[in-house]
Amino acid sequence: MPIAESEVRWVKAPTLGLLDRLYIPAIIEGLGTTIKHIFQPPVTQQFPEERPDLPANYRGLHRLNRDTEGRVKCVACYMCSTACPAHCIDIVAAPAPAEWKDREKYPEMFVIDELRCIYCGMCEQACPCDAIELTSMFDLTGLTREEMMFDKEKLLSVFDQTAGTEKDPIRTKAGALSCASEPAK
Amino acid sequence: MLISTILTILIIFGALQALAGGLVYVERKICAFMQNRIGPNRVGPVGLLQILADGLKFIMKEEFVPHYADKSVFIIAPAIGLVCAMLCFAVVPFGATDNPADADYITHYQFIIAKNVDIGILFIFAVSSLTVYGIILGGWASNNKYSLIGGLRSSAQIISYEIPLGLSILGVVLMTGSLNLERIIWKQASGGILEWNIWFQPLAFLLFMISSFAECNRLPFDLPETEQELVGGYHTEYNGMKLAFFFLGEYTHMVTSCFLMVILFFGGWHFPFIAEADMWWGLKLIVFVAKMALFIVFYMLVRWTIPRFRFDQLMSLAWKVLIPMTLLNLVAVMFVKEYGITPWVLLPVSLGILVGAGLIASQPESKESPLAA
Repeated sequence: MPIAESEVRWVKAPTLGLLDRLYIPAIIEGLGTTIKHIFQPPVTQQFPEERPDLPANYRGLHRLNRDTEGRVKCVACYMCSTACPAHCIDIVAAPAPAEWKDREKYPEMFVIDELRCIYCGMCEQACPCDAIELTSMFDLTGLTREEMMFDKEKLLSVFDQTAGTEKDPIRTKAGALSCASEPAK
Repeated sequence: MLISTILTILIIFGALQALAGGLVYVERKICAFMQNRIGPNRVGPVGLLQILADGLKFIMKEEFVPHYADKSVFIIAPAIGLVCAMLCFAVVPFGATDNPADADYITHYQFIIAKNVDIGILFIFAVSSLTVYGIILGGWASNNKYSLIGGLRSSAQIISYEIPLGLSILGVVLMTGSLNLERIIWKQASGGILEWNIWFQPLAFLLFMISSFAECNRLPFDLPETEQELVGGYHTEYNGMKLAFFFLGEYTHMVTSCFLMVILFFGGWHFPFIAEADMWWGLKLIVFVAKMALFIVFYMLVRWTIPRFRFDQLMSLAWKVLIPMTLLNLVAVMFVKEYGITPWVLLPVSLGILVGAGLIASQPESKESPLAA
């Protein structure tokens, strides 16, 4: 359906007056703007020396949380790998050891391909026991593709590095499905 | 005498190259400050050694010539550009100069390579317009469509802007009665600040400045090397020292034109109470270079302030606006000289010409006009 004539608003370019046509006032005004900026403080962040101040909800590298006893909190329910749009989470479940009374399964293998991951945070949202969380670590590098496949141990070590820090506090408490990462205060 | 001249040439040659390196640094810093950035700061204190690092990089780079390029022309072109730009500087005074009418003018040391050249300005215009050969040959020899377009644009632009450039200073030449740059300085310096040509020729100064922006291929007239549409224009295929030659030529051109603006309109080395005619030469040198540096900073401010012109706007600015205005200005100076009127009349006349041009431009176009479509 064509647009009705009443809905069309015709706009004309503004006509330039004498001062505009002389261009000099406009140029002086422009120079004023640029000169003003010279005296403003720079907004540059000297990255390797100055670290950015990231918000608490920044989605960076993953970590696998531990519970109060230091075991992996994950119960190998596959919810995260199902939710993952990039299919970067690879889990192999196994029956939990007999002395782990609170769960049936645990991940025998838990690998995230950090090169494939799009850092959308859907794994974090999907996790029923808050075992997987995204941290504010963002400058991960590797020399090979294999190096960027983060396995269970590596992800747990990320937890050890980041848990309790100001940026990445442990956000989960005990729930119906699993135990807390920190002892209750 | 010969030795002092050779020494001057060597010093100027070295100083110009060092200055060009320094200007690149200053330009990057000013650009950064204007964009609320810090700019080069990694090499040395506040990035000052960036100049050396850039120079070293240019020298160490592989001298690559595309196999489809016309080899000999490709190599000669940057040299032509640099040599012509440097050659201009031969007649430009850069420090204290005495009264050229004195008998001992020639025997005394003057801060100029070639003393008392009576066709000074003419020489500069003749040689500086040859730099376009460097650009157009570079674009042609690259055997690349973008480079060629850049070179052709440059030739069209420089030919167009030569005319207002030359016409705008004719007023100054008429008032001084000489093309000799030292005489032009002396006339202003001996008369005090109220004899500076800027008071009588403000319009000519404006037009000269606009034209020299175009002559130096600086923004807002850098159409020969528009990065966005022509990759790099005429120097797309160049790298290493050959590219550095183009840049050196461009910056030398800029320095020359800044010196010219100071000489023609702002009294050269003269400044009231600080650098009068009978004062120490060092002060004159400092004043002169400081004035020149102010203009260079202004060039850079303008570069990051005004967006680039479209090519047809560039052409119509030269032919429809600048040239008629310079002609009117010239006629006004002729009247003043012929009838012996006080030159102060030229100040309101200049302003009048400018406002008149603005009035003509701001008239609404009639609907019947074929241009309105």
